[in-house]
Amino acid sequence: MSIVREVWRATARWVGGVASWLGERLELEDSVVAVLVHPVPRELERPIGWFYVFGSATLAVFVVQVVTGVGLAMTYVPAPNSAYDSLQFISRDATLGAVVRGIHYFGAGAMVVLVLVHMTQVFLFGAFKFPREANWLSGSLLLLATLAMAFTGQLLRWDQDAFWAVVVAAEQAARAPVIGGWLATLVVAGANVGGATLTRFYATHVFLIPAAVFGLIGIHLYLVVKRGISEPPVPGEPVDPASYRRRYREMLSRGIPFWPDAAWRDAAISAAIVVVIVVLAAVIGAPPLGKPADPTVVVADPRPDWYFLGYFALLAVIPPATEAVVIIGLPLFAFVFLFLVPIIWPDGERHWSRRPVAIAAVALPFIAYAALTVAGIESPWVPRLQGAALPASVTAGLDARASPGAQLFLTESCWACHQIDGSGGRKGPDLSHVASRLTRDQIGARIANGGGGMPAFAGSLSAQDLDDLSAFLATRR
Amino acid sequence: VTESRRRFLSRVTVALTGAMAALIGLPILGYLLAPLFRAPPNDLVRVGAVTDFPVGETKLVSIQDQSPLPWAGQTAQTALWVRRRDAEGPQMFQVFNVNCTHLGCPVNWQADAKIFLCPCHGGVFYADGTVAGGPPPRPLYERGWVVQGGTLLVRQAPLPNPKQG
Repeated sequence: MSIVREVWRATARWVGGVASWLGERLELEDSVVAVLVHPVPRELERPIGWFYVFGSATLAVFVVQVVTGVGLAMTYVPAPNSAYDSLQFISRDATLGAVVRGIHYFGAGAMVVLVLVHMTQVFLFGAFKFPREANWLSGSLLLLATLAMAFTGQLLRWDQDAFWAVVVAAEQAARAPVIGGWLATLVVAGANVGGATLTRFYATHVFLIPAAVFGLIGIHLYLVVKRGISEPPVPGEPVDPASYRRRYREMLSRGIPFWPDAAWRDAAISAAIVVVIVVLAAVIGAPPLGKPADPTVVVADPRPDWYFLGYFALLAVIPPATEAVVIIGLPLFAFVFLFLVPIIWPDGERHWSRRPVAIAAVALPFIAYAALTVAGIESPWVPRLQGAALPASVTAGLDARASPGAQLFLTESCWACHQIDGSGGRKGPDLSHVASRLTRDQIGARIANGGGGMPAFAGSLSAQDLDDLSAFLATRR
Repeated sequence: VTESRRRFLSRVTVALTGAMAALIGLPILGYLLAPLFRAPPNDLVRVGAVTDFPVGETKLVSIQDQSPLPWAGQTAQTALWVRRRDAEGPQMFQVFNVNCTHLGCPVNWQADAKIFLCPCHGGVFYADGTVAGGPPPRPLYERGWVVQGGTLLVRQAPLPNPKQG
């Protein structure tokens, strides 16, 4: 026993010696160690400290993204003729490839969610106020970069969704005033989406934006340490720029070291989130790829990943006349507003209970975006192109006019936009009981002339067909 | 070292750093912005024999829209909808981009209903490309075409957008 103990002690002494030699030679005492033990407000010892973990958790997931991203880049081929196949290889054949891709995918979703949660906490706690305005500004740029990573990342799948997402992105860029045409040309790197497009998105995703993110994280963390972690807000204790820094210094003199008194909570939440990501990746695996990108296959149903579905829905539900403003103006307004937040409200009350407008400024966009996301999932405005059929209860017992009319309802694409007894598209009104609202002649006139978003079918339907179709719909009381 | 010499030396240092940045920055900028200075594709390319397109029908075809890079794969192709209107004459064909004029998604021809439907936000177009419903701000984009010796040729074009018409 004593020999084991001796060996153990000798090893521990040796490791300690190497560590202290390295620490001394690398001057870690003044840098890493000083940063780790920098004082933070004593209140963070209390349960409210759990609100201060989301920045660290975001950083942890970012590291996960870098590591898995490097792994994926070792196999992925960023050329249109190979990208899809190389991803199929990663997902099916490469050892642990599905897990690594899965981690990267769920990590991307976690990044978007955590950045927003972190910002919401900082906003509601008033932590963006003096003297931490630049923390907020660098954080806003990191949000932009995160969204840009999410978008460029899903394009690299190079399936039909990805291909048409590039086209839609270029069309949106083209709406920008003055420079729209140039932007669109740069998005696709040429006249059309082609060989040059994917390599540029790849380089943007793996070099350009990550370089910016590394720099911004450096600035962000430097400011967090230099300006100090904000103390939990207290109602009735507003920020006064003249006296804040002196009061904060006094508070820190009674503070606790970040490491380990506060850091253990960051580690606990970060570890929990990383475990969830890895479990999701191991159980569910990488997201399935759609059909390979092919501009000549027009039977496509392009959808963005879930975090952009709300924006996708927004473009369908707004009045077309407002599009010029919404497509360029709304994202611009959102980010300008973000950047202006600490400049407009640098002082005053920090606690959310004294800032009702701040609560509304968080709640309303979240509720609106959640509603839009639900709309995007359902996409009722999209005509249904496949599986046209009517239930037997609808077609049973129809007479000699109405029966071919029911067939025309399917072949003439009425079904694509109109439901009868739960079958059909939802773009137009439900026609289950249309005859209780309109007479047979009115129905015929509506089909022939269209209107209110409905095409006119007078040019494509014969008088006989129109009559049959009206006869069928007149049975729907 | 005198104060004026210090000032001179700092200016020299800033100027040299700026020169380095410009020396590297200008070529890389030119390299990255090159697509802006390239002339858009404008050649006539063969689509098929006129007899491949029955009068009154609308068919999907694909062409090469720019000189493709060797690794472009399937994306070297661009799909077009070709509508044969008349047996002959200046109204013989209408050639449409597949891109919806709303945000560029591919529209789908419904041969029985004689309408184009867009799968993204529900845009609808008539057979002649005019808007029948949904958010699109303008008719489908049309391509120039000519018939030479019984062959239909279509003019190449960049990805269209509502502004450039």
